[in-house]
Amino acid sequence: MGHSGISIFFEGANFLRLLGGLYVSAKIAFLSIFFGGILGIVLGVLRTLHNPLLRLLLRLYLEFFRIVPTIVLLFLFYYILPQSFNINYKADTVGTIVFSLWMAAEMSDIVRGALISVPMHQVESGKAIGLSTVQLYRYVLVPQSVHLMIPATINLMTRIIKTTSLLLLISVVDVINVGQQIIEANSHRYQDGAFWVYGFIFILYFILCYPLSRLARRLERRGKAGANG
Amino acid sequence: MAEPLLKVEHLKKSYGEKRVLEDISFEVEEGSVVVLLGPSGSGKSTLIRCLNGLEAFQGGTIMFNGETVRPSPKNWRRLRQQIGMVFQSYDLFPNMTVLENILLGAVKVQKRKRDEAARQAMSLLKEVGMEQYANAYPRQLSGGQKQRVAIVRALELNPKLMLFDEVTASLDPEMVRGVLEIILRLAREKMTMIVVTHEMNFARQIGDKILFLEDGKILEETPGRQFFTKPQTERAKSFLESMDF
Amino acid sequence: MDWTVVQNSLPMFEKGFWLTLRLSFFGIIGAGVLGLICSFIQYFKVPVLRKLVTAYVELSRNTPLLIQLFFLFYGLPQVGIKFSAEVCGIIGIIFLGGSYMAEGFSGGLAGVSKTQIESGLAIGLSRFQLARYVIFPQGLMLSVPAFAANVIFLIKETSIFTVLAIPELTNTALDLIGMYYNTNEYLFMLVVAYAIILIPLSILLTWLEKKVRYGTFGN
Repeated sequence: MGHSGISIFFEGANFLRLLGGLYVSAKIAFLSIFFGGILGIVLGVLRTLHNPLLRLLLRLYLEFFRIVPTIVLLFLFYYILPQSFNINYKADTVGTIVFSLWMAAEMSDIVRGALISVPMHQVESGKAIGLSTVQLYRYVLVPQSVHLMIPATINLMTRIIKTTSLLLLISVVDVINVGQQIIEANSHRYQDGAFWVYGFIFILYFILCYPLSRLARRLERRGKAGANG
Repeated sequence: MAEPLLKVEHLKKSYGEKRVLEDISFEVEEGSVVVLLGPSGSGKSTLIRCLNGLEAFQGGTIMFNGETVRPSPKNWRRLRQQIGMVFQSYDLFPNMTVLENILLGAVKVQKRKRDEAARQAMSLLKEVGMEQYANAYPRQLSGGQKQRVAIVRALELNPKLMLFDEVTASLDPEMVRGVLEIILRLAREKMTMIVVTHEMNFARQIGDKILFLEDGKILEETPGRQFFTKPQTERAKSFLESMDF
Repeated sequence: MDWTVVQNSLPMFEKGFWLTLRLSFFGIIGAGVLGLICSFIQYFKVPVLRKLVTAYVELSRNTPLLIQLFFLFYGLPQVGIKFSAEVCGIIGIIFLGGSYMAEGFSGGLAGVSKTQIESGLAIGLSRFQLARYVIFPQGLMLSVPAFAANVIFLIKETSIFTVLAIPELTNTALDLIGMYYNTNEYLFMLVVAYAIILIPLSILLTWLEKKVRYGTFGN
């Protein structure tokens, strides 16, 4: 009937290929987190400025990325952008762009939420001693809101990592794609390859995301305790 | 002389390493009012919360109505029907009307018939001037009104002892008087009460006995009249002065 | 933008639209029930089940729906368990959504203020009565924002069902693109379709949040 599919992993370079695919997924994830994070912080700060037009525009941007499912975003950017702007990017790059923009949108919300939760009288005290807007942000607002942002940001990072699983749909050779290829190639020999390979990838994602989740949880608890001091 | 309703002996309580109540002993006669006074952090609230089991204590005994209190959830549950408590934060249950708030204990805990309990509830509400709000929700009431309902909620169970923990501290000044008058009336009707408060005038009017605490110890136990004119300790004297008394 | 293309494809999009809604509906209800049960187990600290629930929540929150679906649809049949694509989809949503809902409800239950609980104790309520009259009603009210966020999240996740060739909205659009190449029109309709579902829903849920929040601020 064929050997148990678990032996797939000991076959040839399969295991290494899976890890290679994971590397691609992780790379796109972390690049997106990095660029998106920076952009998100900037946008988040901008959203707290008293410019209604700016805030509206940025709000629309955020809502767009919130309403449209990520798959659809990926396809939008992958198929439509090249046509409209005559640029042709590799799937990897498109993926990174989409995830960066999504990360920035969500991040801006986290940043904004944390900034507006700083008590008004703190801001007023700062103004009363003559701080400029930039100084206000630097010395009063940001330091007092950073601890609020961290757990939510880490959770966001976990979400981005998980959603990179969708990249295979725009033909990025990520870990799931590699997994599929392996299953295909070995289907005649290992009847239950799919079970083991997908099971394995399942665990890989878990290993990647769980430490982050726990870190976020611990920081959140510590943050709450500190805030109640 | 009758046995005191409440007798506390050598009560001790710590939070971890920190000792918050030290060798507390006092008695409360039935029908009398004991007022706990003292600076912030002196342990007044902690002490009163020990008396209905919201705080655990590590040493000493509490005797209520002739029975030594054995602290267990079941016992406290039974005793809490006889010891009513009103809090500073007047937490009424937001998902129930005023009447339902009041009836909850009577019907579900004391297993009384709803009509009888409702009749008592309405009559109590009338005494505090809140009978037209019987079907209102807490969010529609002001702080003072909520506190009056909270008092009724505690009285509905027909307790022998009422505990008041800084019940006017969260209220606007105009509403404070209304609530204090209700408590004064209860005192006139000879309800046994222990009151924690910062309202000095009120304390002088109502206190049969004053317990002055600092750092978890009773510094002074003095009859009401005397405390405000001639306190026994220097500490009490400076406390009264700091409160403009 | 060729509007005739849009018009002609409306029937197909409509079918996908209703399927998305149907799958979301069953998935969300299942996830809600599962989440509620899990949060009760955690709140009452039921001995063995509690560890199971924690393991389940961690496992499902840290893995992508896509993989869960692949595992259910391609992996399980190989060890003898076979579900149809749609059933796999709903199971996937329930599995993933259940943990998000559980976290939401747990947060709500834990958020009931201590003083409310003390007030309940002070009138002699038993632990069970406390749960029934004070903690659960208020906890559920506090969970509404998280619930709302989860509903929207899960509806969007159904777009992933397209990988199992389930003819929901995203699949419909991708299918049409594959056949007729009118990418702009079909993707436009797809975005509009999701907007039609999610924007009113978002507004409705925000209104619900406000209405319910009143209750907990009644102090």
